[in-house]
Amino acid sequence: MTTAVTSPYAAGRVVSDETVPARAAWSAIVRRGQLLTITDLHGNQAGDFLVYDAHDTSVRYSAPDTIQAQGNIFLTTGSVLLSNEHTPLMTVVEDTCGRHDTVGGACSKESNSLRYGHHTWSQHACVENFLAEGSRHGLGKRDLVSNINWYMNVPVEKDGTLGIVDGISAPGLKVVLRADTDVIALLSNCPQINNPCNGFDPSAVQMTITEPDES
Amino acid sequence: MATASVTASAYGARDHARAQEGTTVDAMPVLPASSWPTPPEGTAAEDIVWAETVAGGNYTHKVLARGTEVRLTDLSGDACAHVLLFSADRPWERLNAADTVKVLWNAYLGAGHLLLSDQGRVLASITEDTSGRHDALTGTSTLARNVERYGDGTPQSASPAGRELFKLAALKNGLAPRDLPPSVSFFQGVRIAEDGTTEFTGSAGAGKAVTLRAEQDVTVLLANVPHPLDPSPAYTCGCLEVLAYRARPTAAGDALWDATPEGRRAFLNTAEYLTARGIA
Repeated sequence: MTTAVTSPYAAGRVVSDETVPARAAWSAIVRRGQLLTITDLHGNQAGDFLVYDAHDTSVRYSAPDTIQAQGNIFLTTGSVLLSNEHTPLMTVVEDTCGRHDTVGGACSKESNSLRYGHHTWSQHACVENFLAEGSRHGLGKRDLVSNINWYMNVPVEKDGTLGIVDGISAPGLKVVLRADTDVIALLSNCPQINNPCNGFDPSAVQMTITEPDES
Repeated sequence: MATASVTASAYGARDHARAQEGTTVDAMPVLPASSWPTPPEGTAAEDIVWAETVAGGNYTHKVLARGTEVRLTDLSGDACAHVLLFSADRPWERLNAADTVKVLWNAYLGAGHLLLSDQGRVLASITEDTSGRHDALTGTSTLARNVERYGDGTPQSASPAGRELFKLAALKNGLAPRDLPPSVSFFQGVRIAEDGTTEFTGSAGAGKAVTLRAEQDVTVLLANVPHPLDPSPAYTCGCLEVLAYRARPTAAGDALWDATPEGRRAFLNTAEYLTARGIA
């Protein structure tokens, strides 16, 4: 375990600043114009992430629309997180890691049984976090869609073979997202221990919301 | 004095409507499906359960029994079949495009690929594919993007968006827009470069076909609209032939059942669910 680095969140008035323990869930309303900083405190910790329009949750993050619009499967600075109606929800304004995944989706007890075997059934998983945390906002099973995996590395080989491989993140790296409309942001601090997405050792992340100073 | 309109009375309107029977157009369902003139080789006409040609810019939907095979054929070489699948009587279990590529370790759909639900089960398997040009990553078109690209994207326009048509198909099955997850599409290919760039590879040509086998009772929603990455400035989409017929679900001992360890466990999960419900 590496030493935690203090969250170098975006400048401005701090609206909330929370450390999300390993394997836990987090959510918040992020108002239009506010910045959400996700800090990978210990390195190589996947953060499964979904965004919903706070005023109409049927409008939610769409991995396909986001990929379509930017012509690339990896997310980084400049990536606009688009909704299923092709409207902007959030924009990546800073990324000190380099690239992030939005193809691999969330781990679940169910898919773990396929990927690793039924012995994993009792393990915690991201879909459990999304369901539990989402229900606090009136969201349910029908509202879960393909998500973003901050700090997760999923290359696609020439023949289409893809997989979650060793991460490229490090302690203290951060992603800063600007809310383009009022959104509900949902995070599952990934509990997966069967692949390298969390370095086989899930750890804490920092979630900081700031209100930029008036310019 | 003007001649009286033939539809001026209820009798006349009825005669006028009934005179339309027997009209044929390029895109229409054929009923009974068993009257389809060219059954697939090895399939008896009476086993055909769904025969329809879907126009470009249109959609269709059907509830299919487990063990039914659906053959989709791109008649013109510029069709694009956008597909969503739901467990027929439990629609909150539905196609999960992310699990479909992740669990099976491949981003590209083709023969032998399983279309997985979010519950670790198989909704349908791809049993045959003569196209090889498909996409599980970039979804379908939206109203906003079609307005930007073609000037309109509403269902009644000349350039309907895939998501708008999916909404209609969903609503007719008691579902709502929030029930629509990312879809997959057939007949217009997308490849991913090493740096993550999406590359549109387009069609493999007219007459290419893909066959899906329902591995549990499924609701199929299908929109035939241009691929969202199709660079053509014109909204171009040809007719799609849909032919479904009774076959049998994949069973233990079949090559497909054991093709991969992940797929085998997906079939096992599906069988366990069906057995517990007393279905199989």
